[in-house]
Amino acid sequence: MRTLYQFNGGIHPPENKEPSTQSGIARAPLPSKLVIPFRQHAGAAAKPMVRAGDRVLKGQLIGMPDGFISSAVHASTSGTIAAIGAQPIAHPSGLPDLCATLIPDGREEWITHAAPSTSLRTGFDYRNSDPAELRQQLRMSGVVGLGGAVFPGDIKLRPGNRKIDTLILNGAECEPYITCDDMLMRERATEIVQGAAMLRFMLEAGEVLIGIEDNKPQAIAAMRQAVTESGLPFEVVVVPTIYPGGSAKQLIRVLTGLEVPSGKLPTDIGVQCFNVATAYSAYRALAHGEPVLSRIITITGNVRRAQNFEVLLGTPVRDLAALGEALPDTDRYLMGGPMMGLPLASTDIPLVKASNCIIAASDKLFPPAPPALPCIRCMRCAEVCPADLQPMDLFWFSQSKEFDKAQRFSLFDCIECGACSYVCPSHIPLVQYFQFAKSEIRAREQDQQAADHARERHEFREYRFEREKQEKAEKLAAREQAAKQAPAPSANPADAMQQKIQAAIARAREQAAASQPKNTENLTAQQRAEIAEIEARRAHIHELAKSAGEHKKE
Amino acid sequence: MLSALLVMAGIAIVLGGVLGFSAVKFRVEGNPLADKIDAILPQTQCGQCGYPGCRPYAEAIAAGEADINRCPPGGEEGIHKLADLLGVEFKPFGGGTVLKPKSVAFIDENLCIGCTLCFQACPVDAIAGAAKQMHTIIASECTGCELCVAPCPVDCISMKPIGENIANWKWKYPVYTLAQAK
Repeated sequence: MRTLYQFNGGIHPPENKEPSTQSGIARAPLPSKLVIPFRQHAGAAAKPMVRAGDRVLKGQLIGMPDGFISSAVHASTSGTIAAIGAQPIAHPSGLPDLCATLIPDGREEWITHAAPSTSLRTGFDYRNSDPAELRQQLRMSGVVGLGGAVFPGDIKLRPGNRKIDTLILNGAECEPYITCDDMLMRERATEIVQGAAMLRFMLEAGEVLIGIEDNKPQAIAAMRQAVTESGLPFEVVVVPTIYPGGSAKQLIRVLTGLEVPSGKLPTDIGVQCFNVATAYSAYRALAHGEPVLSRIITITGNVRRAQNFEVLLGTPVRDLAALGEALPDTDRYLMGGPMMGLPLASTDIPLVKASNCIIAASDKLFPPAPPALPCIRCMRCAEVCPADLQPMDLFWFSQSKEFDKAQRFSLFDCIECGACSYVCPSHIPLVQYFQFAKSEIRAREQDQQAADHARERHEFREYRFEREKQEKAEKLAAREQAAKQAPAPSANPADAMQQKIQAAIARAREQAAASQPKNTENLTAQQRAEIAEIEARRAHIHELAKSAGEHKKE
Repeated sequence: MLSALLVMAGIAIVLGGVLGFSAVKFRVEGNPLADKIDAILPQTQCGQCGYPGCRPYAEAIAAGEADINRCPPGGEEGIHKLADLLGVEFKPFGGGTVLKPKSVAFIDENLCIGCTLCFQACPVDAIAGAAKQMHTIIASECTGCELCVAPCPVDCISMKPIGENIANWKWKYPVYTLAQAK
């Protein structure tokens, strides 16, 4: 039995996972319209590769990764691109972003992998492949972290300066209501394990731990069976159910006892963590050349039929809500769980790679928070903070916009899990303050960088002007000097002319001597034979031409 | 008496030597205060302060010749930072200052005659072009200083405010309605 460790705090909100696990994963029907955002991953948005009016096939690349941290975007089904333009997406700002609108033709016609225009290969024998090639395939397949951070998978798999001892597969799924990973593990455990083997090969990792919370006995059993069948030395570790035990840093702590230092990455302590759904999509991409076109999404909450659906990326939330048969008193939808989820501005918003759950909400299900009261420094937030922070102090500094102090109190180690807001007896929206402070600090850093960059360019420009001025002055001085030193022109102009002509003749002679044909030496016997043959042919043609001329004359 | 004088004179000579040596050895090039002020200024090089660029303004502040409230692109926050650094009171902007949203220049390429006047004016080399060729703004390098607008003989340069988008959006300060409390 493996020794497990604990992290500070954590909470036990009602799980509400049963309703959506009563039936298996169903395939959502093809929607009448898909809206596919070009930014479905962390990093730079993909560059559109299609135009309005183009016909696309299922799996066709429509967004090229643009930049180091970026990923590909594909057409989720075959059809016609109706438009490329700004559409509302799931983002806290409610601002629109660049999307492709795809009208499906209902034929689900796949790309042909053999076609040279397709950059995806199928049937990788990953053990005999170059890891760089595998990473490229993942990048072009749009494989990103499906746990919610949507960080491009190929970058997490790049070799770092430290060896990876432990690969952790995250199947904890700690947030209430969400069951997409649970159902995926129950139904597709074999593929997940195969995907984990591929990830492990690329990382050259030692042990592989699959962490699953103990409230998912069926998923644990399925994964254990898949591991046994595969014969791979992976270990399924049952971890206690606690929120936010599925956050990467916290799961690493529970499984290995290691703590990711502030401002560092898990790879710095020799651990890398992937969501189970990411392992699954990596398997589909490498073994079948299948890009990420769909994902499992839970529809739950205030619905008649809570269930998990395999949904094509770009499907509007409305279609999924209809499948779940949302109850009439539903007045809003959340993307994600109740702790970290994002309220959606409309049901036109498309489902993307980051969407793991849609919760139909009503005031009955989630009563509005009572008005916030002043902080009484009861320290409950610090007791539950899984990142060992002091949220009451961070709140104080964020509220008063003392950002450097907030940063000194490790604001950026906050994972925004919402445990502090959950327990706050004054109902202060703590996480909102932290998000505000973080984005303010980031914006300032960006401004500072822009200012430094502008200073550098301005200083270089000044330097360039100075240099040009100096060069001009030097040239002028040199010319004056030359004019002074030059011998007085000869009295006889004819003499001077003659001298110039002689000099020119000498120069021409030198040049003629220098330019000898260079490709006639050191020839091989074959080349000589070829030359002789060509010469013979030429002579023959000459001969013919001559005789023809004579013939004409006659 | 004499020995005391000699001791004092000796100490004076030694200390004088040390001071003279360190004045040469540890001489600080430039004005460190001006550097610190320059680091706070937004480097738009726009000249709205009345000085030809951020560095001259920083030097003028360091020399006590200029006020700290002359830099509109730095905003009130910039004034606060300067006030903190210099240990002086915060001063609001003067009456004539107009605070504008952050913008980038835009060249109407149909109108541009390729006169090169704008890129001679650009303080950060953010305009690409050549004589009698169309010019264009390198938007990522543009600081929005507006110095290129005035020299253009055909008025083809306009300033476009940078709107809020997904990339530059910031979380707002949490506001919760007090009406709920009633």
